[in-house]
Amino acid sequence: MDLYNEAQKRKLEFTTRRHFLKKCSTGLGGIALTSLMGPQYMFGSNNTVNSLDPASLPHFLPKAKRVIYLHMAGAPSQLELFDYKPALQKLHGLDCPQSLLEGKRFAFIQGVPKMLGPQFNFKKYGQSGTYVSDALPHFSEIVDDVAIVKSMHTDEFNHAPAQLLLQTGSARSGRPSIGAWVTYGLGSENENLPGYMVLVSGGKNPSAGKNAWGSGFLPSEYQGVQCRNSGDPILYVSNPNGMSRDIRKKSLDAINEINRTQYKEFNDDETLSRIAQYEMAFKMQVSVPDVMDVSKEPEYIRDMYGAKQGEASFANNCLLARRLVEQGVRFVQLYHWGWDMHGDSKATSLNEGLKTKCGEVDQPMAALVKDLKQRGLLDDTLVVWGGEFGRTPMRENRGGRIMPYYGRDHHTEAYSIWMAGGGIKGGISYGETDEIGYYGVKDRVHIHDLQATILNQLGINHEKFTYHFQGRDFRLTDVHGRVVKDLLI
Amino acid sequence: MKTFFLKSIGFCYSLVFIFVTSCKDDKIDFNAQVRPILNKKCISCHGGVKQSGGFGLVFRENALAETINGKIGIVPGHPEKSEMIARIKHKDPEMRMPLEADPLSEDEIALLTKWIEQGAEWQEHWAYLEPQEPEVALDDLDWGVNEIDYFVFNKMEAHDLSPSDQAEAHDLVRRLYLDVTGVPPTTEQVKAFVENPSDKAYEDLVDTLLQSPKYGEHWASMWLDLARYADSKGYEADRPREIWKYRDWVIKAFNEDMPFNRFTIEQLAGDLLPNPTEEQYIATAFHRNTLNNGEGGTDNEEYRISSVIDRVNTTWEVWQSTTMSCVQCHSHPYDPIKHNEYYTSYAFFNNAADWDVPTEHPIYREFDSLSSAQLKDVKKWVAKVASNDEANKWEAFIRIQEPKIRPEDFDETTNTIHYNRSNQDYMEVYNKASIKLKDVSLSNVDRIYVNYRQYTKNKGTLLIKKDSINGTVVGKTILNKSNGFTNVPVAIKTDAKTADLYFQFTSSATDYLCFLDGFLLAEKLPVANDGTSPEIYDKIDALLNAKFKHSTPVMVEKPNDFSRLTQVFDRGNWLVLGDTVQTDIPKLFNVNNRQFKNRLDLAEWLVSEDNYLTGRVIANRFWAKLFGKGIVLTSEDFGTLGERPTHPELLDWLALRFSKDWNWSMKTLIRNIVLSETYKQSSVITEEAKQIDPHNQWLARSSRVRLSAEQIRDQALAVSGLLSDKMYGPSVMPYQPEGVWTVVYSNDTWQTSPDEDAYRRGLYTYLRRSSPYPSFISFDASERESCLSRRINTNTPIQALVTLNDPVYFEAAMHLAQQIEALDGDNKTKVEAAYTKVIGKNISPDKTTILVKLLEDTKAYYQAHKEEAFQLVKTDNLELASLTIMMNVLMNMDEFIVKS
Repeated sequence: MDLYNEAQKRKLEFTTRRHFLKKCSTGLGGIALTSLMGPQYMFGSNNTVNSLDPASLPHFLPKAKRVIYLHMAGAPSQLELFDYKPALQKLHGLDCPQSLLEGKRFAFIQGVPKMLGPQFNFKKYGQSGTYVSDALPHFSEIVDDVAIVKSMHTDEFNHAPAQLLLQTGSARSGRPSIGAWVTYGLGSENENLPGYMVLVSGGKNPSAGKNAWGSGFLPSEYQGVQCRNSGDPILYVSNPNGMSRDIRKKSLDAINEINRTQYKEFNDDETLSRIAQYEMAFKMQVSVPDVMDVSKEPEYIRDMYGAKQGEASFANNCLLARRLVEQGVRFVQLYHWGWDMHGDSKATSLNEGLKTKCGEVDQPMAALVKDLKQRGLLDDTLVVWGGEFGRTPMRENRGGRIMPYYGRDHHTEAYSIWMAGGGIKGGISYGETDEIGYYGVKDRVHIHDLQATILNQLGINHEKFTYHFQGRDFRLTDVHGRVVKDLLI
Repeated sequence: MKTFFLKSIGFCYSLVFIFVTSCKDDKIDFNAQVRPILNKKCISCHGGVKQSGGFGLVFRENALAETINGKIGIVPGHPEKSEMIARIKHKDPEMRMPLEADPLSEDEIALLTKWIEQGAEWQEHWAYLEPQEPEVALDDLDWGVNEIDYFVFNKMEAHDLSPSDQAEAHDLVRRLYLDVTGVPPTTEQVKAFVENPSDKAYEDLVDTLLQSPKYGEHWASMWLDLARYADSKGYEADRPREIWKYRDWVIKAFNEDMPFNRFTIEQLAGDLLPNPTEEQYIATAFHRNTLNNGEGGTDNEEYRISSVIDRVNTTWEVWQSTTMSCVQCHSHPYDPIKHNEYYTSYAFFNNAADWDVPTEHPIYREFDSLSSAQLKDVKKWVAKVASNDEANKWEAFIRIQEPKIRPEDFDETTNTIHYNRSNQDYMEVYNKASIKLKDVSLSNVDRIYVNYRQYTKNKGTLLIKKDSINGTVVGKTILNKSNGFTNVPVAIKTDAKTADLYFQFTSSATDYLCFLDGFLLAEKLPVANDGTSPEIYDKIDALLNAKFKHSTPVMVEKPNDFSRLTQVFDRGNWLVLGDTVQTDIPKLFNVNNRQFKNRLDLAEWLVSEDNYLTGRVIANRFWAKLFGKGIVLTSEDFGTLGERPTHPELLDWLALRFSKDWNWSMKTLIRNIVLSETYKQSSVITEEAKQIDPHNQWLARSSRVRLSAEQIRDQALAVSGLLSDKMYGPSVMPYQPEGVWTVVYSNDTWQTSPDEDAYRRGLYTYLRRSSPYPSFISFDASERESCLSRRINTNTPIQALVTLNDPVYFEAAMHLAQQIEALDGDNKTKVEAAYTKVIGKNISPDKTTILVKLLEDTKAYYQAHKEEAFQLVKTDNLELASLTIMMNVLMNMDEFIVKS
């Protein structure tokens, strides 16, 4: 370890120690602390990384042990789902005032667009009396367990950069994704499964492509492992046809025996590590197909999610996400593609397309929260749901022309997400937007704030969690981000 | 300095510091003694950006200036007046520095005190100082054969280590093949070397391998990581990009041993050389490997800027291992480089004509045979009436279609809309529209090509007028419905040297609309004795609209009249512009006050004697590739926060030889390194060496390094006899499982290449940035999104699954099994033959036992499960099935995946 890294590590140890001495009054016993703080390197690999030793993580007592992130790729409209704006209805069809357009950059809106009222009805639900749109009947049942953040904002108004900003903290590719950061810092709790797994539905990968779950400059072992919907759930996990598990066992034993001989000859510890990796690969050949098999669930659970065996659906993926976190996977990332409702066709209209999408996710996402809760997993599992940006209160007028259907353009200034479990307050709404949902006017939450908050729940101080690359210390939150304390229990 | 020094001596006597009086004459070495303390304890709060309390330690003038509380951090010669000393010694933990951290040790405090007494002299960081010719006493060399060994041996001795024996011949020859050509030797090649009695056997082999075309393919991989070469544009739809000719250029440059200075200049500024050749244009594609965002609704200026920024960062990283990206938003936190100096570098790249459009204009076109013949006629004619140079210039004009004046360059427009989003980035021109171009140099222009597209049959009239909208008409044409974007010529008749030009569009159709991408300014054709040949114009007109077979994005400068202004981005925000700056390099590096006007000047400086870094940085890259890690471990960062060289004298020696005596020959550099005894050592790790030097910094053995992603696949194909020797051409798609490519808004599919193209070397594999070839990514290959100096090798179960189960590896195992099956002999004979085929040497008895047992066990198993054997090898040959299993084992051995 070079001087600089050593300095970093010492400093961190110092602050962590000090933090516990001074500020932790939870009265946790030493044993519990050790078990919470003991990191396990993902896959137990022992490679030389050139940065902060993650052994000093977590920085403080975590509320959440794992994360399920439900990314609605394409960006759902907050105005049709969570952010109820009756005043916008009154302005429906009127020209957008210049004051909302001046100095603003849009992806497609040109000239003067018309205002567009909410296309769905809203009602109050739960003890909290939270407004939810008619499009999300199942979600309305869990409102008392979730916190809706209505004042999200971002810097990017195109899908790929906005998704990258959300998932990696930077709008340009090449940075590690949040799941990679987390597994780099905290490792996996299950040595037979990757610590960071990705499930995709909706027919396409997100716009940001595999960079959205890449490891960036972190070692490649921290990249998200994508579980495939057909064929091998993880690439090459199955033996070739005709190679039984017996034969695989015999051949692996031979490989490992030869490698032990090799170790005796060359005395290279990396050879020992390779033996361990091959043993783990052998275990994964069983554990991966097993955990990915929804037929192992009882029928009533499958029905609860609306999961059907063999489908590449969001419902199946939600159920799989629960199975994965149950097995100790640290970070499960779901993408559901197809929320980009511009109104250029029926499928991308608010009235039709958005309804279809809501139908695909509403039951499974509500089931996920309920199911985690009934298993006692919700307390230390953080669930986050949301898109990469919001939609304009104006109707899209691509090329300055009237579009065939109702649609909204990309919008950076205000949108809604929800979070549940993992130490997040239930039954609250956080942040407020103006009367038409254009700007956040109270308690604005930036993407970097969201990231800081997620890390915080995992016991990580986002300002101290750095990786030295190309001459500087990189953070998920760049030089920004603040933990949204009001969201926390 | 001398006065400081004398003063400080005076102080030694006047002050009662016991530790100082004992060593008063020793001059403190800033770089060796002081800088490490500052970097470790102080600089994270008192750096170039964060200067807590107004005190920063990157620039001396900051450290000596008054701080926020009115005190002075460092008063040269006066530790007792220096606030820094007071604070590091403070009793109150709230005041004592470093805050919330362990205090400095007594020794460290004493050292800093003495350094201030001696005048607090700064010394430039080692990497910014001129490389020094180190002294070498080759005569009394205790070990080794050349200077490299001399330096390495000295360091070993200093660390109580002694060199390892030379590697066993079979291991050495495999290592050498893998390092020089990337693929292992055949059994015959191993035998030829091991049995060659000549003293020069090794040296001869080195020379032979450096002549192998495989050498260029192997080393190109390293460069392509730096160049972030890929076959797609990146971002959302990640559409294909045709740029493989650049990859081929790199391979050829390595194989021809193009000197590194030329290699540099052609890639960074080939287009600015006098009369550039096709190859020199293709070389400039180095900087066209930047991403291009084709997502609908993206602001093209934003992503053009993003590419320019990437070019700045990449150039500084590749040639200078300097983290210029740190200076994008503020002055460098650790190195003495200022914020605005980022933008003087930016200015070098800001004037390139490319723009974030899907066409990737400017591109270098390769025509079909018919158009090529026409182009040949044009060139022949121009060469005859003028000169070859003139002919080349016309060729470049026709192939690249520059200089082009685009909507961003228009001065004033009416009745037009320009919306610079993604693929709609052209000007919508309506009836009665006008466009003004300011101060156009016309002295050598006689045609303007209008690049436009028109969907309707309405006729539009374009008048080009001089000086004002009512001025003299200097050109005229009719715009008709077009077949896509088309170039129509307008002859320009004027004597004016420069003029404002007005383009006026009128039509009898009130709803007239065309889309304008720009104006191409064509120079005057040379005049033949019999007057200008009209067919030549016709041919040029046709060629400017001709279809092309292949194209490569290239760098071209915008014409002077339309060059872009470079302004500092306030805090890195491109929407908030600050001072205007000119092309220059940071003061820190400009040791001879050179003047810089364009990329060519920058490129020439990089490989000149005025540059202290390039030789070191590049020599270090080659060293790192051969030894698994560089003399400077952080090959991407030679700055203050990078690692210091383990062997500074060796690094300087290599840098000086490489840049001077060896005339930048990369082959000579590699040759000298691999001829050293240092390189040839065994990689067996003794228990003692493991204790003293676990990471092998001092090179008392050869490092065992896992093969690269490409090498692992190439090797499996090579030993099984499947590897194709075919070089160059469009990238290929070997088998990959269904469903890996599911990219949004894209119907591109992975089409498995036929025949030998499925078995080409890894560097020819199609690289789609959003979805790279899966097994390469598992083995730590770059996704080529940005410049990568160093791949970090990992060791994961996902990798094991690849080499165990990826059909490519399994096919290789079966192919090899068929060859072994054909041999006569018992299991033992076959095991021995198989092992030798894979590793190139004889198998040890214990490994034989393991493998013979495996063979027997699997045979017995398949005897009882014949249907499984059939599934495995598609025949009822049980022996082939069990041999395939054994081959799969051999190709997963640690010794196969690692270079020993």
